[in-house]
Amino acid sequence: MSDAVETDRRLLTVTDLRTTFSIAAGDVQAVRGVSFALDRGRTLGIVGESGCGKTVLARSIMRLNLGSNVTTTGTAEFAGRDLLSLPMADMHEMWGMELAMVFQDPMTSLNPLVRVGRQVTEHLRQHLGVGRAEAARTAVDLLNEVRIPEPEARLKAYPHELSGGMRQRICIAIALACEPALLFADEPTTALDVTVQHQILNLLGREQRERDMAMVLVTHDLGVVAGRTDDTLVMYAGMVVEQAPTGSLFEEMRHPYSEALLRSLPRTSQVSHTRLAAITGRPPDLIDPPSGCAFSPRCPYVQPRCREEVPPLSAVDDPDHRFACWTPVGSPEGMAAFARNVAEGLPQAVAVDLTAPSSTGSGGAS
Amino acid sequence: MAGTGKAHLRPEGDVLIRVEDLVVEFPAGRGRTVKAVSGISFDIVKGETLGLVGESGCGKSTTGRALIQLPSPTSGSVRHGFVELTELSDEAMRRRRTDIQMIFQDPISSLNPRRTVGEIVAEPLRVWGPKGAAEQKALVDRILDAVGIDPDLARDKRPHEFSGGQCQRISIARSLVVDPELLICDEPVSALDVSVQAQILNLLEDLKAEYGLTLVFIAHDLAVVKNVSDRVAVMYLGKLCEVAGPDELYANAAHPYTALLLGSIPEPDPSAAVDEDLVDDGELPSPINPPSGCRFRTRCPQASELCADEEPQMREVLPGHHVACHHPLVAVAGQ
Repeated sequence: MSDAVETDRRLLTVTDLRTTFSIAAGDVQAVRGVSFALDRGRTLGIVGESGCGKTVLARSIMRLNLGSNVTTTGTAEFAGRDLLSLPMADMHEMWGMELAMVFQDPMTSLNPLVRVGRQVTEHLRQHLGVGRAEAARTAVDLLNEVRIPEPEARLKAYPHELSGGMRQRICIAIALACEPALLFADEPTTALDVTVQHQILNLLGREQRERDMAMVLVTHDLGVVAGRTDDTLVMYAGMVVEQAPTGSLFEEMRHPYSEALLRSLPRTSQVSHTRLAAITGRPPDLIDPPSGCAFSPRCPYVQPRCREEVPPLSAVDDPDHRFACWTPVGSPEGMAAFARNVAEGLPQAVAVDLTAPSSTGSGGAS
Repeated sequence: MAGTGKAHLRPEGDVLIRVEDLVVEFPAGRGRTVKAVSGISFDIVKGETLGLVGESGCGKSTTGRALIQLPSPTSGSVRHGFVELTELSDEAMRRRRTDIQMIFQDPISSLNPRRTVGEIVAEPLRVWGPKGAAEQKALVDRILDAVGIDPDLARDKRPHEFSGGQCQRISIARSLVVDPELLICDEPVSALDVSVQAQILNLLEDLKAEYGLTLVFIAHDLAVVKNVSDRVAVMYLGKLCEVAGPDELYANAAHPYTALLLGSIPEPDPSAAVDEDLVDDGELPSPINPPSGCRFRTRCPQASELCADEEPQMREVLPGHHVACHHPLVAVAGQ
């Protein structure tokens, strides 16, 4: 791909974004220097566990971290403008028009006192000055598009009259109403059942492709990322630890945290009672993050250097596959480090040592 | 009969709990009733883990709670050994509850925030256990240690000082301190992150082996259920669809609903193509007015007229694999 094409397609460039919350106990460094770029029509997955900063990152770019105790630095260049330094009034113009967001909880993200129809057409009427009758027609089209049966009747309903899946479809219809170039979907299916999740993800994927819209899919679920994204960022303790095209990431996970996250996930392809490789310990305190690599206290590959120096996010063989680790998974250093840790009896290494005989009485297939 | 049959029940000998024709209904006002559980039968053999899986509103939690008579079912039988729990007086049932314990989804709200961990875990002992303070403390320490909480560090702290995973360990300790036979786990890991979820699942497997526990594991996550269960029962809208061993069920799903659930799981493998043709824009029908015949028929690609007219009965399609469906997805043995 030539540079010219790449620049042309580039929609969002985030550089060294940092978000800090000042609370009584100190400054919580929720996002600690994240950079990434996103092209038009592409889907980026941001994956990590609670408190890794994935939602704060998305909300920082959207300028939704309201509150006087929040500081965001860095830049987020969207179609030539830095979102982080725009006046809030300009940001209001962009919400819905250029950037839209679908939230986790469809129960609370709709106004319970306002009929669904008015909520769907709000952006159209406000931003585009569309008349009442035309807005109503567009609303019916939108509800048809998100596959809500009997759209005319549903537009008159209040949110509590609809199921969770239907409400999330309404939220998607609202987000799509003004044809934004970029959609943030923050855990859009976490509150939903698995069959409904499948429907909603299919819907988001179809809309994203048909509209050539870019999408950032924030999720804790590696399964959701695997099937639905072009590229993936894995976050831990406010930083990106691994960044790659989704296919290469799952083919070869290089960061020990990505590997640990995948291994701790129960999978239907495993036989029943497969021992899960749990990650020992807990994520670090972001008021006083550990020196060196934030994952080092829990990492089975940890070496003395990891506890002192923060590894840079860099590529080794494949320029698109970057990871922040001194002893990456699959590298000679990594294998040596792991073997050394197992030999020394480091608990987090021993716990995931697959060569050791199963330590549990209930292991094995049933 | 409205039930879905009992062909899947096993001989009485090893059975710890046997549930027959369980019906739980709740008044919904204006003379209507929510038919949460509508005539299901199952059994649990000593030492096994029964996974109850299904989506929100399928009645899985109601079923779990009916086992400990919280509340007592509308009709049907729950037998614990030779004792019919539904006929016990409140006081007799209260005494039984040391044998049947339960842990809940939200570990933080299921612990009293004003008590210390030592008090929380000792509370069942104050009612049922040895009266001596030293004896109680020894039991509490031993069980905290078994669930991976350091008793010396934790004893005097309160729940808010612990993470969700640690709170779940504490609530497991509280339920095991009275040495129950059966532990009912209602979505014990769905509020936890995957790395912590794995710790708790491993812990439950270890404790099951160590204490000879029998488990009922209620969850919506099919991968989690497969990992811990010895037998899995799939529920839909108050009915049982399919009962089988986990590896068998996941390899040869016979009920179209099980197949839909399995097809909907996002696998962490990009080469496993997402099935966008898996057509299901259906919604869960109301449990106040469930569909006639097979309750899944309104969303089922296999549905025929027979499904509307006649409720399918549980039958064995493969050894140890039972399904309640007129058009199962596997060839029926002997037909």
